Amino acid sequence: MLEINGIASEEQIMKTFPSIEIINKGPVAVIECFQKIPCNPCVTSCPFNAINMGDDINNLPLVSYEKCIGCGTCLGKCPGLAIILVDGSKSDKNIHMTIPYEMLPLPEKEQMVRGLDREGNFLCHVKVVKVLNSKAFDRTILVTLEVPRDLLYRFRNIQVEVE
Amino acid sequence: MKTTHIAIVGGGPAGLCAAISAASSGAKVTVIERSDRLGGQLVKQTHMFFGSEKQYASTRGIDIPNILLNELEKYKNNIEIIRNTNVVGLYEDGILTLLENEEKYYKIKPSAVIVATGASEKFLAFENNDLPGIYGAGAVQTLMNVYGVRPGNKVLMVGAGNIGLIVSYQLMQAGVHVEAIIDAAPKIGGYHVHASKIRRMGIPIMTRHTVIKAIGHDFLEKAVICQLDDKWNPIKGSEKELDVDVMCISVGLSPLNELLAMAGCQMKYIPNLSGFVPVRYDNYETTVNNLFTAGDSSGIEEASSAMVEGYLAGLFAAKKIGHAHENHDQLLADYKDQLDSLRAGPEGKHIRDGVDQIERRRDNA
Repeated sequence: MLEINGIASEEQIMKTFPSIEIINKGPVAVIECFQKIPCNPCVTSCPFNAINMGDDINNLPLVSYEKCIGCGTCLGKCPGLAIILVDGSKSDKNIHMTIPYEMLPLPEKEQMVRGLDREGNFLCHVKVVKVLNSKAFDRTILVTLEVPRDLLYRFRNIQVEVE
Repeated sequence: MKTTHIAIVGGGPAGLCAAISAASSGAKVTVIERSDRLGGQLVKQTHMFFGSEKQYASTRGIDIPNILLNELEKYKNNIEIIRNTNVVGLYEDGILTLLENEEKYYKIKPSAVIVATGASEKFLAFENNDLPGIYGAGAVQTLMNVYGVRPGNKVLMVGAGNIGLIVSYQLMQAGVHVEAIIDAAPKIGGYHVHASKIRRMGIPIMTRHTVIKAIGHDFLEKAVICQLDDKWNPIKGSEKELDVDVMCISVGLSPLNELLAMAGCQMKYIPNLSGFVPVRYDNYETTVNNLFTAGDSSGIEEASSAMVEGYLAGLFAAKKIGHAHENHDQLLADYKDQLDSLRAGPEGKHIRDGVDQIERRRDNA
């Protein structure tokens, strides 16, 4: 349970993901924010007004999938590193998943890295397809990975192996 | 004797914001900081802040002091900053005694004082808790983030509040392995997003666990932890030894406000605010005339609310001594609104309840 061990339940995860039809159309943001805390950079940073939480900054953010184009701005701005991008439009086999990453060494494009779940368990090796180190995201790196479709709801982290 | 309009004790987030507010109101401000740099604990916070844009959300704590100092620069004619100096006395006649560089004493007479001295860390009692390798979380952050020194190789983090979770993450970023995070409480005290980001690196977070003793000869070699039952009693047979050379104690903070007590402020023990805190009016003035307080020294909360409290205390103190800001009412409404929003959620309830117990209304504020 999230409040006891830091691991979000399957139910919480499934609830926050949009339908696979939406994911297959192109990149969209998925926000894993389950606790009411005073925080709203996702809302204020979104260039498309696609994230809403009403008047109280303690409310949970909601993504409007009609408006979200998966630009990734909120990923770099979320202080909780709680937002990922999922994009099922690239291939039938894989989903492109983008995670915020703040560890060294940085992964490199085309590199195979260890894919981990929400408990840090090893899932499989995944290929890095993009590494975005934008000044606007202030040292939070966005890493895009090719993840097998059956791991869509489980994949959440990577580990770069050091030789 | 040296004089000033407003003396601000402490150059952390609350003190710097109080200085901006008071100086922009036209008051002459003297900030007294015990170390050689301003920003207090902000300089150790490498993570992005929560809150809203007005409290610099998404900005890393380490970068906030410069934002505040640039703002202060606009009012530099009204501001004096005294570094490496402790305030060691605050007397009935409103005079402060300063100790500069641990060698030179002098006095200063302000018209008003804002005490923004922050907090100190709590510690835990257990066998061998004085072995080298056992640190407070603040010390670990100072070593890593101020001096670039690894505190050790394998860490047991004691405390799953925001500081424990954040420092664990920072340790992992620095290449130091965290064996586990334990907390005696049944639930994680810090933000769940912080917990999740540590957990997905494979670090176990164990609630209802505590440390029983440290083992080691010249330095920490092992820590013994155990599980607690729902009455917080150790469960026999649940003891476990962990091979660690660092134990990081992060079990909360206590308000640091001896100066206020020394000056004769009425103090009250408020568990919700983590210790003895001054009774104060809603203009941040204590029960001693022209003595104000803001930030953690008047109750443990987040840096974002400490900054807003600082702005408020600065505004009120300046007004009290005849330097009301030209936009006083407008600024006041904005800051109060910010503070209310930061505290409005379920996580802010204990603060709201705590403030209710110490805050008195003052209609002429």
